[in-house]
Amino acid sequence: MSVLPYLVAGWIFLVGLYGLVTSRDLIHAVGCLAVTQSSTYVLLLAVGYRRGGTAPVFADAPAGARVVDPVVQALTLTDIVVGATVTALLLALVVQLRKRHGTVDPDRLSELRG
Amino acid sequence: MSAFPAASALPLVVAVPLLGAAVLAVAGRRLPRVAADAVAVAFAGTAAAGALLAAAGWARGAGGAGGARGSAYAVQWLGGWRPGRGGGTGIAFVGDPLSLGLAALVSLLVIAVLAYSWRYFEEPPLPPGSPGTAGAAGRSGAFPALVLLFQASMSGFCLTGDLFDAFVFFELMGVVAYALTGLRVEEPRPVHGALAFGVVNSLGGYALLLGIGLLYARTGELGLAQLGRRLDHGGGPDALVLAAFVLVTAGLLVKAAAVPFHFWLPDAHAVAPTPVCLLLSGVMVELGAYGAFRVYWTVFAGSGGVPPEAATRTFLTVGVLTALLGAVMCWRQRHLKRLLAFSTVAHGGLFAVGAGVLSADGTAGTALYVLAHAGVKAALFACTGILLDRYASVDEHRLYGRARELPLVGGMFLLGGLALCGLPPFGTSLGKAIAEEAAGRQLPWLTGVFVLVSALTGGAVLRAGLRVFAGVGPRPRATAAETAGTERTHTGARNRDRGTDRHRERDPDRGRDGVDGGAERTPGDEVPETGGPLRRIPATMLLVPAALLAAALAVGLVPQLAAAAGRAGRLFAAHGPYAAAVLDGRAAHGSSPPAVGWTGTGAALGLASTALGAGLALLAVRGPLPEALDRVLGPLRRLQSGHIGDYVAWTTAGLALLAALAAPGTVLGR
Amino acid sequence: MTRRGRLRLFLLAALVLAAGYAVACLDLPPFGGDRHPYGDRAVHAALARRTANAVASVNFDQRAMDTLGEETILFAAVLGAVVLLRRTAGEARTEPEPARVSAGVRRLGLALLPVALLVGLYVVAHGNVTPGGGFQGGVVVATALHLLYVAADYRALERIRPVSRYELGDAAGEFAYTMTGVCTALAGPAFLANVLPLGTFRALASAGTVVLLNAAVGMEVACGVVVLLATFLDQAVEIADAPGGPRSADGAPEEEPT
Repeated sequence: MSVLPYLVAGWIFLVGLYGLVTSRDLIHAVGCLAVTQSSTYVLLLAVGYRRGGTAPVFADAPAGARVVDPVVQALTLTDIVVGATVTALLLALVVQLRKRHGTVDPDRLSELRG
Repeated sequence: MSAFPAASALPLVVAVPLLGAAVLAVAGRRLPRVAADAVAVAFAGTAAAGALLAAAGWARGAGGAGGARGSAYAVQWLGGWRPGRGGGTGIAFVGDPLSLGLAALVSLLVIAVLAYSWRYFEEPPLPPGSPGTAGAAGRSGAFPALVLLFQASMSGFCLTGDLFDAFVFFELMGVVAYALTGLRVEEPRPVHGALAFGVVNSLGGYALLLGIGLLYARTGELGLAQLGRRLDHGGGPDALVLAAFVLVTAGLLVKAAAVPFHFWLPDAHAVAPTPVCLLLSGVMVELGAYGAFRVYWTVFAGSGGVPPEAATRTFLTVGVLTALLGAVMCWRQRHLKRLLAFSTVAHGGLFAVGAGVLSADGTAGTALYVLAHAGVKAALFACTGILLDRYASVDEHRLYGRARELPLVGGMFLLGGLALCGLPPFGTSLGKAIAEEAAGRQLPWLTGVFVLVSALTGGAVLRAGLRVFAGVGPRPRATAAETAGTERTHTGARNRDRGTDRHRERDPDRGRDGVDGGAERTPGDEVPETGGPLRRIPATMLLVPAALLAAALAVGLVPQLAAAAGRAGRLFAAHGPYAAAVLDGRAAHGSSPPAVGWTGTGAALGLASTALGAGLALLAVRGPLPEALDRVLGPLRRLQSGHIGDYVAWTTAGLALLAALAAPGTVLGR
Repeated sequence: MTRRGRLRLFLLAALVLAAGYAVACLDLPPFGGDRHPYGDRAVHAALARRTANAVASVNFDQRAMDTLGEETILFAAVLGAVVLLRRTAGEARTEPEPARVSAGVRRLGLALLPVALLVGLYVVAHGNVTPGGGFQGGVVVATALHLLYVAADYRALERIRPVSRYELGDAAGEFAYTMTGVCTALAGPAFLANVLPLGTFRALASAGTVVLLNAAVGMEVACGVVVLLATFLDQAVEIADAPGGPRSADGAPEEEPT
């Protein structure tokens, strides 16, 4: 089915959101956020695929070879770096939150209400 | 005209603060605090000069490399990758009047923030031996470096003409904002607020990226102009275009704190250091709205995108909901920073309504409103910061009458409240008048929404100001829960340098009534005064809000600004000229700009909303809200729960809401 | 909201979104299709600039601003993490316990460390020719250094990792990339234009400024990731809780989970 990769990307996005909504542990929540982000990788790379195409690197392929789209690969690389760094920052916040609140259960955090 | 065309300055507006941040991250540790701040202001000022020069260059009618002479757009193709026959592979920086104006606003606000935090914000020096400290000088370079990065990201977001580049700057804005919001890691709430902020905004970014992927699949382009052109030639809108519109707009509206994506904003503002709140409320939230409308006009406004009826319906519904919810929640706050945060939410809704009628004068009015609102809101936050620093509290009830000794600050605070209501001749009043007239032409009751919301938010600020600075009305009764609350010392807040560190920001009280049943915890946690409270308020902390208020007044008084806003609105709220300027280098020949200025009706409505706001404030200081009203508003307050799972569920619901609003006319019923 | 209410709201919204997205997917071009106009233009431009790795050409030449932003995000995140994970008043610094590592692991780790470092540097240097580049190679270099932590112990890692030097390297990488752009803007055609000689196709010295920017990014990423890992390891290994332990949600001191 030629839309399956795109549907998979949508499924991963929704699964990540489900994990975030039902999470009982903030480290798990940050992991779910990373899962949500990986749906963008799947979508971008699926969009850029060309049947029969090889990697867009001409070190060993001849100059006129059939290659997949290099632009989405560049976008995905950027996306991965963004995701890794945001995850790192959020985990740093979780570390400090555990120390201040003594818990990483979002149900037990009740300081910011109203 | 100098030999240096205006367009070439555009990438430097982004690059110079980046250089400054890199320098400060290393040198800041070795320099004394004053020197680090001076370096930061130097870099920020250079970028500001660049942005202002570019804006002035536009005003004089000069174009730049890539834009035809006399064109209203300064277009710079980065790396020299001009579009060839095929549409190009490079990224363009496009300076149209609105984006240049916003970039200038960003730079000026950053300078104000650096000046304000000069004596306000001191990070505790780290003991020697911690990773990365050379000696005990501490990390005095980190805060200005982060602020400079924030400036670079916001300027880049305004100026870029490429959708993926906008996403990259969006994420950079986010990362810096999360770090700045959670800066006071010694207290428990900042990290919680920053985490909620981080999760929700990151989700918005990922939704935006999904939308970009879908658009790329349909058109094979990433630049805004190219996307618009491809969609125009591609036939009518379909489900794919709708999905892309919903995802992209939702991502940007998360940043703009539109309902139901707004839950992060009050939490973040309650806990972030005051200088950071100035930036968040003053300009970052407005950039979200700017992005949403920029993408709409350049990409989705043509024949292949979302029809104007569907777009208007979406923006107006979201805008009105946001404005009303923000105004109502604003009224119920005791915590001054949260009050101002909800006021930002409400005004963000008004911006969405003003620009959402999709007309040139609506956009022009909103632009003026944004400019003036930035000055007013930043000034209000600055005054609140003075209160926090002096009395270690931002609770309206606990501060009752205590600030009578600060007449200057009180005067500025009340003036800010009046400006929020829409008192002429402040710029907020002018912008509101133009926007509400444009909206009223579409739907007459929208004018009422503008008047009501600005009266409510301004009235709340006035009420708080009257109570705190003038002690008007009876002292608010402490509830039983509060008097029984225990005082506990907070280990994290203990500062080793008690004597010298007078300016340390202290954890504000939780500003909640204990009245509302069992849904809220009773306030009782108080952080004792660590160092002595501020004896004398530094001059910079007084000058900055005064300057900001004066600037907001100037926006309303200087006619050239209004005229420039009119031209900016005309160029922004159009689909064809952007692509023509960016891709073909053709000058913009548009219809004449709308006549934008003070009208009798506008001024009268401004006076009316001010009177209404003042009246509400005077009524409110007499006593608490009637019980019935409190019961109705209770469920709304419970929604703001602080629980990240809740916020994510509402974000998903918001995506579905946008889809439901935009679908009729786009895919259904065609 | 209650757990159930939250879940119901989410599931309802997710259903609407899933339906809409599925319908939208039907309008997407078929998977593996041939029409990639931007991709073809990018490949053409990469070959014109004698860059064998088209992805590197897109990243560092055609859309270099994106990469500057991306590098800055890493820089900002590292700066933010260092600030957020700082040692607060009341926390003590403890000496880490030496670890017992089996001899086999030790030998393997120490043997692999130079190999991994070399591979990382190779990936950075050849970014314009073969798959790889500054980001990928930088991460390999940074994690290669931590083989010493796995194979030996924390103190050995600290000896090869003076964090302030790496912070300097991080900032220097960021500065170098931006400065390249500023220089080409002031003196040359445009911001981040490719002004260096393009060299020979498929050679190590080809593609002009791509090599320079690759190196800057490689240094920035390697040093940034080292600093990031250092702050996290510091929290885990060296910083002890304040006396009394962490506090639970209602303020009472909590027992450490065993």
